[in-house]
Amino acid sequence: MPGAADATRAEADVEAGGPRRDATPALQVAGEPAGSADAPGARTLATRELNLYYGDFHAVQDVTITIAPNKVTALIGASGCGKTTFLRSLNRMHELTAGARVEGEITLDGQDIYAKGIDPVQVRRLVGMVFQAPNPFPTMSVYDNVAAGLNLNGSRVKKSEKDEIVERSLRRAHLWNEVKDRLDKHGSGLSGGQQQRLCIARAIAVEPEVLLMDEPCSALDPVATLAIEDLIRELKSRFTIAIVTHNMQQAARASDVTAFFNIEETGKPGRLVEVGSTETIFTSPSEQATEDYVSGRFG
Amino acid sequence: MSQPEGTLPTAAAELRTGLLPAWAPYVAVGASAVCVAAMLLAAGAFSVALLLVATAGLSCVALYLWSRSVEGSRRATDRAVTLMIVSAFGLALAPLLSLLFEVTKRGLPGLSLEFLTESARGVVGGGGAAHAIVGTVVITGVAAVISVPIGLMAAIYLTEYGGGRLRRALTFFVDVMTGIPSIVAGLFAYALFALIFGPGIRLGVMGSVALSVLMIPIVIRSSEEVLKIVPNHLREAAYALGTPKWRTIVSVVLPTAFAGLVTGVMIAIARIIGETAPLLVTTGVVDSINSNPFEGRMQNLAVYAYSEYRTPGVMKQASYDRAWAAALTLIAIVMILNVVARFVYRRYRTEIR
Repeated sequence: MPGAADATRAEADVEAGGPRRDATPALQVAGEPAGSADAPGARTLATRELNLYYGDFHAVQDVTITIAPNKVTALIGASGCGKTTFLRSLNRMHELTAGARVEGEITLDGQDIYAKGIDPVQVRRLVGMVFQAPNPFPTMSVYDNVAAGLNLNGSRVKKSEKDEIVERSLRRAHLWNEVKDRLDKHGSGLSGGQQQRLCIARAIAVEPEVLLMDEPCSALDPVATLAIEDLIRELKSRFTIAIVTHNMQQAARASDVTAFFNIEETGKPGRLVEVGSTETIFTSPSEQATEDYVSGRFG
Repeated sequence: MSQPEGTLPTAAAELRTGLLPAWAPYVAVGASAVCVAAMLLAAGAFSVALLLVATAGLSCVALYLWSRSVEGSRRATDRAVTLMIVSAFGLALAPLLSLLFEVTKRGLPGLSLEFLTESARGVVGGGGAAHAIVGTVVITGVAAVISVPIGLMAAIYLTEYGGGRLRRALTFFVDVMTGIPSIVAGLFAYALFALIFGPGIRLGVMGSVALSVLMIPIVIRSSEEVLKIVPNHLREAAYALGTPKWRTIVSVVLPTAFAGLVTGVMIAIARIIGETAPLLVTTGVVDSINSNPFEGRMQNLAVYAYSEYRTPGVMKQASYDRAWAAALTLIAIVMILNVVARFVYRRYRTEIR
């Protein structure tokens, strides 16, 4: 549960989509020196006046938010308000859709990831993603799936090192005991929850700095969901995590910071209405729309 | 189903209808066949083809009328249309079965060890088709070697990259190429090589070039369809790991589509393996075994069958036998390829969720 110290951090984070904020590292989180991540490798992802388009359609409008290191940031909101679109822009997957466009700035530890000369492939190696429906590679074994990030990136890793990385990732994903005897069998023989944990193991095997998760538990049963939420809580000590979720209770359980997206009516772009510590958002939000949503009056 | 006067019909009465016995369609077909056969024999115009067609038509009508009187018009229509579809399938299958039967019947006498192992070199009135078999395998093999990389890469371009104009132009030309008559492809290959090497040139590889002109559009079409089926979420999973696009295609998309791609190639090979016209003008006719596609004429089974029929030589029947045997060998090769393709498909197909 977030304590008093988090309240100050949360106040510094709260932005109602209004005034601009300098996204330089020193100012990102007032009262906390930059780069004070508990473990090496966790970085800060920040956006400033981000607008996302699909062709002419304005999907997401003016989002300014900081996703802090070693914290879980939950993005909540009703269907269709642009949460997934926003998430996909953070690792440059948004531009893979034909006609998709990004305006505004997204920085990773201060570096603009959409700057000229920045390789999107490199960005995606630093910012990993887990998708809503588990998607292990069907032609590869469990071992090869987890090692896929290493194999496909062309990094020269010795077999023994690879074994170690695979085991470590599977242990972290709480999947090792279930698959250690069938590492060379195909990934499609696993249950849905196991497959999703496999995808998580695959994502963390490459040690990204930030982990984005798009409704990772929506296709899973409650037992698997609990396992993954526990996993997320453990992972945040090493990574920066942002998770999109429809399930408000999950946001309340698993996250430290919550951002509420909303859409005025269909056809209008989605906006970031309020962001703050999870406790604040769920007990005493500043915006009426936020209060309506978290108390279940709509959505 | 009787009801007291003045009451509404019971549910049972409304729901129940008569039902024809399960053997009804077979009886309808059988009885029609007998009637038609009798009529044709009486008219002196009996033939298997007429029998089949007339039976199909008559039995549909008969079954419809019979069913309608017992079961009602909806069921009758259902039965009649089912029978029409089955008959149509049967009629379509009949020529194929007849063909297989004929070729096997006439080809088997000509099939012998001599046929399979000896060439016609220096032989009068005997010899075999080993040179033709070798030639077919070599020419088709080289054609596949040319067509598969080109076709596959074009299909990858159309599916994975493909922007605007070039893509539209490519699709258009592929459609046009699927309709090229095979003799035109042969003439193209001949003209190309004649420009380089002078007229009168005959090489095995020319035949391969001609065949690949016919084969490439088929490979492109079928590969494109198979690659489209690979779900996008697999590509996205790879991109999210920071995999470059080309690597995603090579390591994720192509292995997933592998079984379907192999099937497509097998279909393309089956299409071109029996082409005679382009090979007549490019590879020529020769009696000895030549396994080098870059040197001299090469015989192949299709042209061999044709020339054995056209210029039978001293022992006519033996030549005709050999021609039939060559046709049977071609069919056998295609069947073997099909079996191999099915095996590969079953073994390597991936369950895609």
